[in-house]
Amino acid sequence: MFIARINVTLKESVLDPQGSTVQGTLHELGESSVQDVRVGKYIEVKLDSPDIASAQKIVDRICEKLLVNHVIETYRSEIIPA
Amino acid sequence: MRVAVVTFPGSNCDNDIVSVLKNFYSAQVDKIWHKDQFSVKYDLVILPGGFSYGDYLRSGAMAAFSPVMQSVKEHVGRGGKLFGICNGFQILAEAGYLPGALIRNRNLKYVCRTVGLKKGSDSNRISGKLPDDRILRVPVAHGDGCYFASSEVRKQLKEEGRILFLYSGGNPNGSLDDIAGICSSDFKVTGMMPHPERAMNEVTGEMDGKVVLDLILGI
Repeated sequence: MFIARINVTLKESVLDPQGSTVQGTLHELGESSVQDVRVGKYIEVKLDSPDIASAQKIVDRICEKLLVNHVIETYRSEIIPA
Repeated sequence: MRVAVVTFPGSNCDNDIVSVLKNFYSAQVDKIWHKDQFSVKYDLVILPGGFSYGDYLRSGAMAAFSPVMQSVKEHVGRGGKLFGICNGFQILAEAGYLPGALIRNRNLKYVCRTVGLKKGSDSNRISGKLPDDRILRVPVAHGDGCYFASSEVRKQLKEEGRILFLYSGGNPNGSLDDIAGICSSDFKVTGMMPHPERAMNEVTGEMDGKVVLDLILGI
């Protein structure tokens, strides 16, 4: 059994109004060192798979099919034994 | 005219469009539950507004994989017309019938008000007949209505006359190029964020939804 930790973020070319708003508030709090904020989604999936390589294939497949809209989003994933 | 209106879990404008189709167009209308399939040859299938699957993951993402979408695919394959309003437009984009995506409104606010709409281009076979200065007043109600597509896709939409409507006198959601609705290259699949079915009543003072639907329904 594996757990896939999937982070979905908007592509760099897509304006992220949530990130901009959070950044604005951080600046108001005096955190002027914050240069940019991007807000994304974290999806955790438990997988019954014989090994990491096949788990990675499943993760890529489900991201392609449903979890990620490739018009606007990109993702990175990490797979760990459950 | 025979029309199917699909109800997804979370659709909330299905009965509105059904009542408009019956009262203003004397259409024969069937409501189809999203888990069902249909084999009837409808002239038009409508995906109504609402919040299918609670807008979880992304607006329209899960609905794009509802069982009924197989029948919708066959309907389009037969040359049938397909129209998505608001959440229906989001579903059509997620399902790949229309290019681009509807993302969070730029100001992050849910916007619910009447906006101005003008035709997308003269060569649009649906809205192109409208006079240049005709501004239609139609309500919007959405949180994820900002149309996004790459500059190449938007260029192609413009060149092919596929921009159905543009916002006029203010862009409510930050849509790129003020795009409010687009259509497929054969003009049979249409999608728009504003709700024409909500501007059909003299009591509310907004009747331009009839103009929009006349164009899209081809009457």
